[in-house]
Amino acid sequence: MKQEEINFGKSEQFNLTMIPGSFARRMRKNIIWQFFRFMVINIKMLIVVSKSH
Amino acid sequence: MARLIIMGGGVSGHTTATFAKKWLGDEHEVVVVTPNSQWNWIPSNIWVGVGQMEKKDVVFPLAPIYKKAGIDFRQALATEIHPNGKADDDTPYIVISSTEEGKEGQTEELSYDYLVNATGPKLNFDATPGLGNGSGGLSGNTVSVCTADHAVHASEELKEIFAKAKAGERQKILVGTGHGMCTCQGAAFEYIFNIEHEARKANVRDMLDIKWISNESFLGDFGMGGLHMKVGGYAVSSKLFAESLYAERDVQWIIGAHTSKVEEGKIEYELLDGTMHEETFDFAMLIPPFGGVGLKAYDKDGSDMTDTLFAPNGFMKVDAKYDAGAYENWKASDWPVTYQNPTFDNIFAAGIAFAPPHLISKPMTSPNGTPINPTPPRTGMPSGIIGKAVAHSVCDMIKKGKDVHLHEASMADMGAACVASAGKGLFDGSAAAMTVYPVVPDFEKYPGTGRDTNYTFGEIGLAGHWIKHILHHMFLYKAKLKPGWTLIPE
Ligand SMILES: Cc1cc2nc3c(=O)[nH]c(=O)nc-3n(C[C@H](O)[C@H](O)[C@H](O)COP(=O)(O)OP(=O)(O)OC[C@H]3O[C@@H](n4cnc5c(N)ncnc54)[C@H](O)[C@@H]3O)c2cc1C
Repeated sequence: MKQEEINFGKSEQFNLTMIPGSFARRMRKNIIWQFFRFMVINIKMLIVVSKSH
Repeated sequence: MARLIIMGGGVSGHTTATFAKKWLGDEHEVVVVTPNSQWNWIPSNIWVGVGQMEKKDVVFPLAPIYKKAGIDFRQALATEIHPNGKADDDTPYIVISSTEEGKEGQTEELSYDYLVNATGPKLNFDATPGLGNGSGGLSGNTVSVCTADHAVHASEELKEIFAKAKAGERQKILVGTGHGMCTCQGAAFEYIFNIEHEARKANVRDMLDIKWISNESFLGDFGMGGLHMKVGGYAVSSKLFAESLYAERDVQWIIGAHTSKVEEGKIEYELLDGTMHEETFDFAMLIPPFGGVGLKAYDKDGSDMTDTLFAPNGFMKVDAKYDAGAYENWKASDWPVTYQNPTFDNIFAAGIAFAPPHLISKPMTSPNGTPINPTPPRTGMPSGIIGKAVAHSVCDMIKKGKDVHLHEASMADMGAACVASAGKGLFDGSAAAMTVYPVVPDFEKYPGTGRDTNYTFGEIGLAGHWIKHILHHMFLYKAKLKPGWTLIPE
């Protein structure tokens, strides 16, 4: 069984939501993709900060 | 020469004091009254609470920093405000009580021209029987991560739980809110996922049942009525985002809960449907409800005028609309803009110390009449921004006269960036990074979700984790007033 499917079976609460699959989980740790996201999140946060001052 | 006194040297008060001193120079006096000798970067207490940082990593002594900046530092508690002065002298003043070693309890009167209340929250453990020890502190039944010392203690207790789990004893962990009127769900959220992460690293995850309990009516409310964010091309509710994370990490949840009693290894709680339940635990971290710190105000003749300055919850009244009425009538414009006290134009409140006009989340009450809803969060970024705006206003009033246009910083016009990080290693951690804009939803400006979905977003990954690390170092650097500190945003 795929890892994400194990938890669906553990409780009704878990069964009614979404759980990331292996691709989504891998991308969270992929250094190149995460470096790109780091830049994007930083830019967005800076815009939020500048809109707030 | 004018004298500005700032009561409270936390995130907000420290920001006000340091900017005010920079802008006022030596011509005017800036005094900080705060009870601790050390400044604490509170968000990183979470890492102390799981043993990934030591107390020394999240605190530093205030006296040398204030000395260098030319700020008069009084290690004391402010206890009384006399905004009209005394019978024979109109000069307003406050009374402070020393907390310095060897001088404990010694009182002093300090006159002021301008006063900023940035005393943050009283951690009201005693609101829930068994959560507090009856004299304002934490009972031994649960732990807390609200102060650096609490977090050190939490980490020691957690270590014992992990040791028992390693020895084959199944352990139950409960994390969340210790009352129906708590805020700061974000801190508990971050703590529970740090415990979960550390448990995996220590190979004891299989021996732990980890459960969340909170007063939110849905998971992901965070005291802001939830938020909608862009994830994978969808605009989704934070409910789905949060539930997904809990399910992925095998963390069960109880929501809509008012913790009514805490005992050793057991809590009692009431749900929004009015039913009563019990939950057992081996280790619990429950956030207490917040209140004002209990400052009193007196008139010239000594009569109590605390009600004039403070709301019943002990937070200071500012320029908010406190009579907005029912939920249906609430507007973004109810939220304060200048943080000036409506009765005394030389008094301001910044950060958690100001009285919000009402909740942000929808008010909820159980059939037994128990209110069970998160109170509004005032996280680090808004507290810092408000502190700076108040410093700006006071400096302008001192330099240009009382009629100047005051600086504005409404939470309905301000965003917040929150990073809930699990783990501390650079490559094995992960974080839920979120920004929300604005903090208080504005349904007139953004019909539908109340917020700008271009700037309200959340995602999980290493990137957020790196940002959390950077924030930790950046804010400590800024708070220590190292070169270029003014360039680092709040
Ligand atoms: C565990 C935890 C984690 C958190 N994580 C995050 C996060 O990741 N991101 C985020 O944005 N926010 C976070 N927060 C919230 C953030 O810490 C607060 O928003 C912020 O500290 C509020 O600033 P403040 O100045 O209003 O209050 P505080 O920082 O609490 O400062 C108040 C100060 O006033 C002093 N004081 C109290 N009584 C008196 C008195 N009578 N006289 C004089 N001084 C007094 C106190 O000692 C304290 O120094 C977290 C909070 C907690 C508890």
